[in-house]
Amino acid sequence: MADTIATGQAQPTRPEQIRSERDRSRLARFATRIASPVAIIVLWQVASSTGLLSARTLAAPTEIIAAGEKLVASGELVTGLTVSFLRVLIGFLIALVVGVSLALASGLSKTGEAIIDPPIQMLKAMPFLGLLPLFILWFGIGETPKIGLVAFGAVFPIYLTLHGGIRGIDRKLIEAGQTLGLGTASIIRHIVIPGALPSLLVGIRYGLSVAWLSLVVGEQINASSGIGYIITYARDFLQTDIIVVCLLVYAMMGLLTDGLVRLIEAYALRWRPEAIA
Amino acid sequence: MSTLVDIRKLTRSFGGPAVLDGIDLSIAPGEFVALLGRSGSGKSTLLRVLSGLDTAPAERLEIPKRRSVVFQEPRLLPWKSVIQNAVLGVDHSNAKARAQQALTDVGLSHRTQAWPLTLSGGEAQRAALARALVREPELLLLDEPFAALDALTRLRMHDLVFDLWRKHNCAVLLVTHDVWEAVALADRILVLDNGRFSREIRVDLPHPRHRSDPQTAHIETELLKELGVELSHA
Ligand SMILES: Nc1ncnc2c1ncn2[C@@H]1O[C@H](COP(=O)(O)OP(=O)(O)O)[C@@H](O)[C@H]1O
Ligand SMILES: [Mg+2]
Repeated sequence: MADTIATGQAQPTRPEQIRSERDRSRLARFATRIASPVAIIVLWQVASSTGLLSARTLAAPTEIIAAGEKLVASGELVTGLTVSFLRVLIGFLIALVVGVSLALASGLSKTGEAIIDPPIQMLKAMPFLGLLPLFILWFGIGETPKIGLVAFGAVFPIYLTLHGGIRGIDRKLIEAGQTLGLGTASIIRHIVIPGALPSLLVGIRYGLSVAWLSLVVGEQINASSGIGYIITYARDFLQTDIIVVCLLVYAMMGLLTDGLVRLIEAYALRWRPEAIA
Repeated sequence: MSTLVDIRKLTRSFGGPAVLDGIDLSIAPGEFVALLGRSGSGKSTLLRVLSGLDTAPAERLEIPKRRSVVFQEPRLLPWKSVIQNAVLGVDHSNAKARAQQALTDVGLSHRTQAWPLTLSGGEAQRAALARALVREPELLLLDEPFAALDALTRLRMHDLVFDLWRKHNCAVLLVTHDVWEAVALADRILVLDNGRFSREIRVDLPHPRHRSDPQTAHIETELLKELGVELSHA
């Protein structure tokens, strides 16, 4: 009894102390990490202001910020971003559905693997961004080739990681499920899918980064809307500030969607030792 | 006397010489049988047939439908809490309440919501025992369930298994290479060697059994002799 009371009193203070110490060291590490990027930006600004770096080559950081504010104020950026985001979303969802279905079929049955895996391994070897000319021939210059490229690029990481995850599931757990009287459907639901989920989430994060990359490339081609259109337009008028703003937006969207998946990961994989510790 | 398990001439081979070579085995309802044997003598092979994970030709193979297995490793699904593991595959209206009870019986009532990877080896194996017992099995198959535990924990587990067996009245087939484990718990001890039972000993001694008791000591010595050299490091 005395034991529990003692530990109960000790608990409120100690973890907090540890946390604040950890926070402080994290802050220090963060400061050292951003020191050199900040220095580069300062140098860049100095070079631009003194005329060493012409605006035609690269706009000054201050101009970029101003251009960003203008794009936001005019609503152009939000409209373009919405279009681009939808392309990634639709393309990625297609990749998710196709990749997960193929991986399940090939991970769960030997026949499925024999049919599905070899062609995917061959296609994987292809530089998929090089397919763009073919996509344009097949699908024209509208939304389809852009969404298609996103889907095509993202499907491989999703398929490959999930397939590997399913193959890597501990046979002993499946046996345990069988001795508990679980049928095939229950084993897939309770053992295979959760067991392969860590791999799938890695594939989703990787697939998302490929999706944004595909979008950037796909949008260079005859875009009449989206971020890519803003870039094309700015290029024609030598507005490097706007181009940089758009590139930053791409980067931020990539980070944002990655962060979202990380959140899902933290929740879905909370049973893992590294999450518990 | 009625039999729960009735096996005649069970044979299993993996290409080479038969691992199980025409084995006969019958187990009565509620009987506690221990199975000893060198490592590689086919104990797990026999248990896998009994658990339905493996099939093998036999003249007769009667096994109860309600049976559960506990393996050497707990084999809990790490992504399900302890209680979710315990109710897995139980389609009973109050599965949850029964799982809660089973976990209480093994002394884990305070860990029902824990993730399996946070349990100690002994706790995880107790959770596996609870999961096996929620199903109210007629036959409980235990494949060296305590082999990976430290000696002290293992002795506690003996008492626990004994109590659970008394409570549930199920037949138990316990595979072990710990001779004392077999003598302390079983009604009957079988020694598997060269694909056959080389020895069968009935232990008609009251519980709890003590190692210092000359009768248990005598049985232990007999079994050690039967198992030969292997035992010096078992
Ligand atoms: N799936 C299998 N494939 C091939 N050989 C096996 C298989 N399972 C068991 N064996 C062989 O059968 C023999 C008995 O194994 P096992 O039943 O695991 O022994 P024990 O549990 O008594 O240590 C061993 O020689 C082992 O190599
Ligand atoms: Mg074994």
